[in-house]
Amino acid sequence: MNQSDVMILENVSKSFGEDWARESVVENLSLTVKRDQLTAIVGPSGCGKSTIVNLLAGFELPDEGRITLEGKPVSGPSKDSLVVFQETALMPWLTTYQNVVFGPQLRGDMPKNELKSAAESIIDTVGLREFRDKYPLQLSGGMQRRAELARALINQPLVMIMDEPFRGLDAMTRQLMQEFYLRLCEQEARTNVFVTSELEEAIILADSIVVLSNKPASVREMLQIDLPRPRNLDMLNSTEAYEYKRHAMEILHEEAMKSFKGTDTNSDFLEAYSRRA
Amino acid sequence: MTQSSKKENGGILKRIFSDLTLRRGVASILIFLTLWEIGFRFHEWFGVMVPFVGKIDAPTLVVARWREVVLQPGYWESWYLSFGRVFFGFLVAQVIGIPFGLAMAVNKNFRGLFFPPFEILRPIPPLAWVPASIIFWPTTELSIMFVTFLGAFYTVVINVLGGARSIDIQYLRAAQSMGATRWDLFRKIILPGTMPSIFIGAAVGMGITWEVVLAAEMISGGGQQSGGGLGFFIWSSYMGGVMDQVIVGMISIGLAGYISSSLIRYLGHISMPWRRMF
Repeated sequence: MNQSDVMILENVSKSFGEDWARESVVENLSLTVKRDQLTAIVGPSGCGKSTIVNLLAGFELPDEGRITLEGKPVSGPSKDSLVVFQETALMPWLTTYQNVVFGPQLRGDMPKNELKSAAESIIDTVGLREFRDKYPLQLSGGMQRRAELARALINQPLVMIMDEPFRGLDAMTRQLMQEFYLRLCEQEARTNVFVTSELEEAIILADSIVVLSNKPASVREMLQIDLPRPRNLDMLNSTEAYEYKRHAMEILHEEAMKSFKGTDTNSDFLEAYSRRA
Repeated sequence: MTQSSKKENGGILKRIFSDLTLRRGVASILIFLTLWEIGFRFHEWFGVMVPFVGKIDAPTLVVARWREVVLQPGYWESWYLSFGRVFFGFLVAQVIGIPFGLAMAVNKNFRGLFFPPFEILRPIPPLAWVPASIIFWPTTELSIMFVTFLGAFYTVVINVLGGARSIDIQYLRAAQSMGATRWDLFRKIILPGTMPSIFIGAAVGMGITWEVVLAAEMISGGGQQSGGGLGFFIWSSYMGGVMDQVIVGMISIGLAGYISSSLIRYLGHISMPWRRMF
């Protein structure tokens, strides 16, 4: 095992359903998550990204293959691989502050004063100081995501798994969140897995991108993104970024097409669609 | 200083009286009462009978009767008795129903064992239990309370069960990753997550409890072992042919129900600051 490998997935397969209607969702997936790097996972929608998140976080266990975190097999959910969920999973009945201290308080692994100052400094970092005693429903979408980031950060996970965290935000807020998240990652290196269906988001944030195949998901290609850091959203207009995008788009398009194939109606639809374009 | 605080008080009073919702509420009741009065008086004024409304004693007559009734201690005793029965049945339904619903929600075996009989018993109207209940319980009072209890119990259980089972799995997963044990999940996620459903169950259950207790009082005919109660008050007024007193009883029930459900809404409001109910 290489020292820089934090998380390793080897030939992981997972399927769901009864025996007579078994559907393979992840098949023979192998990838490595490098220390202090941001690994983005992109794939066509419905390709099994959420299942991969569940496997990484230990909510599901693989049928075949193995997943290790720092050399130890993942056998269930733990604070070492925390998920920042697609839709917010902040407890609606807790205030921002109570949500942030939820994990350490449960485990009781931090002295009280230390926890208080740690929580306050993290809440400051995500810019929610004035909202520390508000309930999630009183926060805007962007604030909720930042609160959730804070709740994950305080646990100091070995790997932070972001499951399409900016989905559902309006375009402006999304951009702001991407910039915020970039700064956060560049200030203090952390091992991150960022799952998204937005290619541009992946290019601007990630050190490497894993492009998934259509369902059942496996790795179609690994891309190294060598854009300089610190990054900003303007870099998306550079030729390099454009090249990455074009290349990845080709693969994604090809994979997305696969889900249309099969029936005559679908190919008719595709033909009509391509002619219109 | 004093002047400014006086000003503030005036402001609050002014705000209450200029509150649009309140004004609308008062206006709608006044319009309703006026139409009712006109409906009843139509016959003596124009010689034509308004169907239905014309037969019901006018608000002025009801108020006149009410002023007599409030002087009788029996009327207030009825309030007291009905409230006692409702709250007792309701409380027992909560105390048994909430844990029972939660247990069914979190434990598959428990659910498998108790849900089928529960679902068979549930459609039986509480009033159908009256005869069995009279035989079963030693006193009429207990029989009435038992029927009252049944009225709220099923609603409470169904709401708690449904509420607890519809808690977003992401809350549970998030807590689990942060190191929550099974007991933590129950205490810190399932319990607060079920709170809204508990209060909805309580509000609906409270309504059913009033419906049931009054019918139970009428049927089991208070008076001998147990006192009247508002239901019996209506029944005996009807038997005595005092229609305006029947209406006094009906409005009393309406007020009693309103007071009890307001109380539950208020409790829900203060115990769930993260959520404004209704």
